Amino acid sequence: MESLVRVTGIAAPMMRINIDTDQIIPALYLGGTDAKGYGKHLFAGWRFLPDGSPDPAFILNREPYTRARVLLAERNFGCGSSRERAPKALREFGIRAVIAPSFGGIFFNNCYRNGIAPVELPIDAVRAIVAEVEAAQGQAEVSVDLEAKTVVSPGGARYAFDAPETLRQMLLQGVDEIALTLGRMPEIDSYRARDRQRRPWAYSPD
Amino acid sequence: MTAQVAGTRTFFDKVWDDHVALRLQHGADLLQIDRLVLHELSGSQAVRALADAGREPMSRGQVFTIIEHLISTRPGRGPNDSVSASGPSMIGTTRDASRRYGFHFIDYDDPRQGIAHVVAPELAIAFPGATLVCCDSHTSTVGGVGALAFGIGASEAEHVLATQTLMQSRPRTMRVDFDGTLPAGVYAKDMILSLIGAIGANAGIGYAVEYAGTAVRALSVEGRLTLCNMSIEFSAKYGFVPPDDTTLEFLVGRQFAPKGAAWDAAAAYWRTLPSDAGAVFDRKVALDCSALEPQVTWGISPQQVGAIGARVPEPQEAGDAESRLLAERALEYMRLAPGTPLLGLPVDAVYVGSCTNARLSDLRAAAAVLKGRKVKPGLQAICVPGSTPVKCAAEAEGIDRIFREAGFEWHESACGLCGNIGDNRFADLRVISTTNRNFEGRQGPKTRTHLASPATVAASAIEGCIADPRRYL
Repeated sequence: MESLVRVTGIAAPMMRINIDTDQIIPALYLGGTDAKGYGKHLFAGWRFLPDGSPDPAFILNREPYTRARVLLAERNFGCGSSRERAPKALREFGIRAVIAPSFGGIFFNNCYRNGIAPVELPIDAVRAIVAEVEAAQGQAEVSVDLEAKTVVSPGGARYAFDAPETLRQMLLQGVDEIALTLGRMPEIDSYRARDRQRRPWAYSPD
Repeated sequence: MTAQVAGTRTFFDKVWDDHVALRLQHGADLLQIDRLVLHELSGSQAVRALADAGREPMSRGQVFTIIEHLISTRPGRGPNDSVSASGPSMIGTTRDASRRYGFHFIDYDDPRQGIAHVVAPELAIAFPGATLVCCDSHTSTVGGVGALAFGIGASEAEHVLATQTLMQSRPRTMRVDFDGTLPAGVYAKDMILSLIGAIGANAGIGYAVEYAGTAVRALSVEGRLTLCNMSIEFSAKYGFVPPDDTTLEFLVGRQFAPKGAAWDAAAAYWRTLPSDAGAVFDRKVALDCSALEPQVTWGISPQQVGAIGARVPEPQEAGDAESRLLAERALEYMRLAPGTPLLGLPVDAVYVGSCTNARLSDLRAAAAVLKGRKVKPGLQAICVPGSTPVKCAAEAEGIDRIFREAGFEWHESACGLCGNIGDNRFADLRVISTTNRNFEGRQGPKTRTHLASPATVAASAIEGCIADPRRYL
């Protein structure tokens, strides 16, 4: 798994509530079992005109946001479908952190497994950062430090955030989660021996 | 975390606690997963990633694969037919892996085939107190039989394949009480749409939601599945109705249900699972259903919904600045003006299908409206039954004839046109649909989707515009 400790870069404001994963990548582009190949379809319905050319009005088509490393968003970002191609498409575009008041829960977990930090900050903090970014025509960089659990705005304001500790450690270290779990199989097996007594039907569907 | 008072626990607490294989740190637990359900769209990714990493599935007998997302619904379809360009290869990958690994596999032509969340209860793959996961956000549907079921990503599914466990943060608990008695012509779909309209599309973030109250107890299992299906539409990953007699009567004798003495033992355990009297929830919501009306969405989020007799609201009526912005965007996308009555709004197409509303009771409700009537000329009208058993049962009752004679197309079962995967059939059209998502572009490029119950969709098919089903009862 890819690790992330901190990222500093251009931050693109997309201040709309309930941006769902169908917008992040439409179902039309979910084809294939490859791990990559989704970035070019990021926000396809908003980013491209019907003839396939980039819509100059869409923020990620405008300089300097074509180089965005951070997204600034409203509440419930990534709601809807569980498609993991949503964070994959963001990551391939270059996004390493999304800052929003709240996230769809499945998307939130998927981000951690695709090298992206989903950072929850109160809406007032997100808006303050957006104001600074916009005042600098997007040229001012935002820092997200997953190790220190802080966001630093272009003007130097520092915001602390909370993150689920197990997921945070996984992303910081880029660990192989499956290997970690397999390393604890003796404990899991002893749980299963007890559980199998209590709920035998759960183990052998026939 | 839920504060537990004097040993009382909610259904959620009991099921979660019994599945904690390992306590991790800071509220995260490694959960035992009883059932993993995979389909060819995202399941194929998980299976490939597992193979690429050189790993093997840990517990094949607890894994079920179903061909349902990309397979064509065309009558007479072949084994790899798909309107998606990559459909054939993903179907093939899923089929080959299922056979190689020895998963329980339900292929496109299996008489048990259908949408995963319809099939799982039909076969008792889902059961009370089970942890069931699937790479699909509507997995909470099967909370309708009392399972703790939730959608996951493909990487999480890969972890389940390799270990039969999954790490999750423990959510808070919410109880939603639907009280009163549902009026005629009003259904579970209207209950859940009305809830989302009342509390907002983000209200469920971080919550596991128990549906309770007299109106929920009175629902059939099929209605409960509809209710739980749309939990994710207010961003609740988990939604469920704890098991009762209705649940157990529904499950007994089904293919993967325990049999004989094993059933008795399971049933006795399941009866201990409902929330204790006095159990504490982190949030409670109550809605009275006695005066509930058919609901229909007018926007691009399921929270943008109103009673069928309502008008498209002014954006200024939305609660906060962000909701106003969303409302303005919705009116632009939906090409609607504030003040327009929903009743009488012309539609170009009607769709009955999806894991939300394509079970037998849904098709019966639509057929009761359609019987002896005709779809308005010029309208596209499509029915995609939720599963092959639903389709066969409907045909045995003559429901397919009612649909066909009215002017509907009658398809094979799959996820179909709930999400556009390539045929663009609804491109640029206004559609009234029994599905769960009215997002921009969900059913096709520039497709304007209105969500409603099967009866409302059927009434709208006849009138060629959004119509009140109660006129046809």
